[in-house]
Amino acid sequence: MAAINRDDVAHLARLAHIEMSAEELDRMAGELAVIVDSVKSVSEAAGDDVPATSHPIPLNNVFREDVVGHTFTAEQALSGAPDSFEGRFKVPAILDED
Amino acid sequence: MTELNNSELIRLSAAQLAAKLAAREVTSVEVTQAYLDRIALVDGGADGIHAFLHVNAEEALAVAAEVDAIRAAGGAEEEALHELAGVPIAVKDLIVTIGQPTTAGSKILEGWHSPYDATVIKKLRAAKMPILGKTNLDEFAMGSSTEHSAYGPTRNPWDLDRIPGGSGGGSAAAVAAFEAPLALGTDTGGSIRQPGAVTGTVGMKPTYGAVSRYGAIAMASSLDQIGPVSRTVLDSALLQEVIGGHDPFDSTSLTDPFDTLVAAAKTGNVTGMKIGIVKELHGEGYQAGVENRFNESLELLKEAGAEIVEVSCPNFKYALGAYYLIMPSEVSSNLAKFDGVRYGLRVLPEDGPMTIERVMAATRAAGFGDEVKRRIILGTYALSAGYYDAYYGSAQKVRTLIQRDFDAAFAQADVLISPTAPTTAFKLGEKLDDPLAMYLNDVATIPANMAGIPGLSLPGGLADEDGLPVGIQLLAPAREDARLYRVGAVLESLLEEKWGGPLLAKAPELKNAGLGTAFNTAGGSN
Amino acid sequence: MSTDAILSFEEAMEKYDPVLGFEVHVELNTKTKMFSSAPNVFGDEPNTNVNEVDLGMPGVLPVVNKTAVESSIKIGLALNCKIAESCRFARKNYFYPDTPKNFQTSQYDEPIAYDGYLDIELSDGTVFRVEIERAHMEEDAGKLTHMGGATGRIQGADYSLVDYNRSGVPLVEIVTKPIEGAGSRAPELAKAYVAAVREIVKNLGVSDAKMERGNVRCDANVSLRPHGRERFGIRSETKNVNSLRAVEHAVRYEIQRHAAVLDSGEPVIQETRHWHEDTRTTTSGRAKSDADDYRYFPEPDLVPVLASREWVEELRATLPEPPAARRKRLQADWGYSDLEFRDVVNAGVMDSIEETITAGASASVARKWWMGEIVGRAKTADVDPSELGVTPETIVELNKLVEGGKINNKMASQVLDGVLAGEGTPAEIVGKRGLAVVSDDGPLLEAIDAALAAQPDVAEKIRGGKLQAIGAIVGGVMKATRGQADAGRVKQLILERLGVEG
Repeated sequence: MAAINRDDVAHLARLAHIEMSAEELDRMAGELAVIVDSVKSVSEAAGDDVPATSHPIPLNNVFREDVVGHTFTAEQALSGAPDSFEGRFKVPAILDED
Repeated sequence: MTELNNSELIRLSAAQLAAKLAAREVTSVEVTQAYLDRIALVDGGADGIHAFLHVNAEEALAVAAEVDAIRAAGGAEEEALHELAGVPIAVKDLIVTIGQPTTAGSKILEGWHSPYDATVIKKLRAAKMPILGKTNLDEFAMGSSTEHSAYGPTRNPWDLDRIPGGSGGGSAAAVAAFEAPLALGTDTGGSIRQPGAVTGTVGMKPTYGAVSRYGAIAMASSLDQIGPVSRTVLDSALLQEVIGGHDPFDSTSLTDPFDTLVAAAKTGNVTGMKIGIVKELHGEGYQAGVENRFNESLELLKEAGAEIVEVSCPNFKYALGAYYLIMPSEVSSNLAKFDGVRYGLRVLPEDGPMTIERVMAATRAAGFGDEVKRRIILGTYALSAGYYDAYYGSAQKVRTLIQRDFDAAFAQADVLISPTAPTTAFKLGEKLDDPLAMYLNDVATIPANMAGIPGLSLPGGLADEDGLPVGIQLLAPAREDARLYRVGAVLESLLEEKWGGPLLAKAPELKNAGLGTAFNTAGGSN
Repeated sequence: MSTDAILSFEEAMEKYDPVLGFEVHVELNTKTKMFSSAPNVFGDEPNTNVNEVDLGMPGVLPVVNKTAVESSIKIGLALNCKIAESCRFARKNYFYPDTPKNFQTSQYDEPIAYDGYLDIELSDGTVFRVEIERAHMEEDAGKLTHMGGATGRIQGADYSLVDYNRSGVPLVEIVTKPIEGAGSRAPELAKAYVAAVREIVKNLGVSDAKMERGNVRCDANVSLRPHGRERFGIRSETKNVNSLRAVEHAVRYEIQRHAAVLDSGEPVIQETRHWHEDTRTTTSGRAKSDADDYRYFPEPDLVPVLASREWVEELRATLPEPPAARRKRLQADWGYSDLEFRDVVNAGVMDSIEETITAGASASVARKWWMGEIVGRAKTADVDPSELGVTPETIVELNKLVEGGKINNKMASQVLDGVLAGEGTPAEIVGKRGLAVVSDDGPLLEAIDAALAAQPDVAEKIRGGKLQAIGAIVGGVMKATRGQADAGRVKQLILERLGVEG
């Protein structure tokens, strides 16, 4: 398994939308390298025949009936908003359109 | 009627308080005020415990007064009161509450008020249990010492220079310091049980899905579970019956009733039960004083008629590694929502273009602490293209192996037993710069989260070398929470018999906390 | 904004072979959202059809809407897909302010429906099979409005406003396999495919299927390769092409643009493109980058959906007749020729004709009105015929007036204008506009006598039994009465006058 370096951390920080200083990137790269090294045995622990478990207690078909429940008022919805305008959340300009 | 002073009142268990409330020997306002006074006395200041991030005095007293009024009026309404009505409780500040701030121990949620209540909070309100306030935690429940709280660490009531465990150090310390008779915690890798162990309190992680997670700010969704923190095993059983049960707002909530927990805690015998020592969960890496107390508990159980067997769970050696892949992966996704758009902190970049992307990045940089960032980056890595199979995929397979180990172990034993944590409480700051050493605290508690099974930690005595509390962990198969209360209550009574009273009676008296403080209640008298 | 070079469509087709692919998003019309019980309603006050789940508040958890799952299975069945016995939701992680959790709950490697097909009939009757790769369940995002700047577009905006009412609305995304072999019919096929999907989901009743409201949205993938080459070219993905006409135009434009790029020797860039209805062009969006690492993983807050075969068959039994089968049946029932029926379908009035027949008109009368009167008016008004404002009841009433001899066809057309102008019911308009046919036989007989006298040879033919010659006399009478007479009555009176049995 590949070691984790500073460039990797910079890329991951971009993906995770966390601004990091050069000093932070260096420190994080060092710490993560140790952690990643310590977990590498996991990839060799189980063979291909072992199924993955994503839910500790297996359940299935848990559904909700299509019946309208509670809603917020716009005031409630916006009560914690850092910025809002005319009943909507206000955000700075968006660089990229998706 | 027995006159109790404040100091005696706050040392009663929840079950004892409930009995005294029902017998009208004391009012809920008196009890609630006594705890509020205790909080005022020991929680603040430079030498304070700092278990609470917010104290909810006004609302707690109002609920207490309501219970007292219902009791005074009598009749059907009193009949309908829950057994724990009027017994106050503290709530880990990871659980959202209307009317009080919820911070998750993070700057990114500073000052945020939830517009909705968590399901467990609705249940506490329905049971009319006064909520004393919100307790401290490692930021977003990530840590084993409560030192990662953005609002400063909580101190261990046994030694103020030591950690109270984590992430739920606030809830455990509050209960240990008699600032609350009960508290709610959350346990993702041991955050209820490990603080319980190092503070000499009881902590229970129920079966995954036994208690609704709705309104508990998610850390790792497939591992998180809300559970009780208390001073006795019976109290945890009482509280789990209040907060548990099916919740249609949580798709992973079980429909099992879990309604025999209190009865199980009152069973009183373990004769003929098989109790399995997990070979991999003691011995090497465990402090000598921890091992001694563990062996002592085994002897007591044997004397009480239980059969002790040894079981092996060979794949547990991968558990910590797999946990540190699954947990951060889910963390990286669960914490993406904190971006400065809809609620909480917004930080503008110092220079350069003011785009939303840069505002999000600046907000998350300023709002999250180092441990949270570390786990988000680690999780982002484990899920990223090209690494998923080796990391997240492999870790999910290890989960299967751990479950198989437990299945095999439970074929030989009714419950499993181990120390809860490898060491007693360490010094504040001791492991802060060594994430890996910090992670090792959870080595014995993590397997239960990985498999979704219930785990109970109860006080096992004090370690010989440092005089600090040691926790004993009991594990049962999924859905068999009742078994833990049964065995736990028996072991607790055997130990208390040996000690001549509860372990917490041996805890040092806290500074400022004078004995025999007269009643200082806001209203009502008995 | 720079303008891209394009080749003529014909030249592009001479040199290259287009390969298409579509991702069509269908908004379901469930009462509540995919994962929350907030109402799924269009057009309300911003941020009022939301609760904590739709806003991605801390601590919230999703719960799957059962009706949305059933609708998704129905769509899968209607697209001839296999329905997965077990499938899961996954998280697609990316940051965007319209996505409240900064991940979209979707399906990744386990879609609920897969491996289907749809037979698409082109305007000349050619049937083209489009293979369906998958149909999966997911949730819609909120709505961004870009403020400030010159254009209201995202580029140059000062800030944006977010309304999360649409956040969490159930979506089914239908993804085709690469569509090869359409050649120069590619733009037409694109339009016909999206029209067919829209028709199917509307027919199933699982979506309001209004493209103008975004109920059905299309992302169109286009790539070109030289004729004879097997390997696909690099594709562009034109996002949110939200009308049938736009789908056709966008595919056509992208083919022309790709051809010009390839001709210049440059590589096509794999990127998203934005469609501009005003200029009928696309502009460059975002290039595919490492930021597209969505870090999918199974949604830990949701459990698997198991579709038992019993459940699937129960749902299959509720499916309405498929649109293509319905068309066959209707054509047979109505007795239209292939050409007549295709014209009806292409004019988009099949449903209207069916409703008109249900309201009491004959198949030929319904077709006469819709094709002869309404389609032309709709074209002039630039709206769909069904949206012009003519109800089946109006047509039935108009037809009764004609058949009852109250008005003639020419007048009926004027009455229809009156109805569309909001002057009232047909009967009221006949009164108001004084359009009733002349009913006093006196002046009519005078006109008939004059007409017969003017064309004695025709009168003789009629007397001799050549009844089809009567048209010349009727025409003369109508001319003399300036169209005010009831042609039927005129015919009857002529025959009486000449002593011939009608």
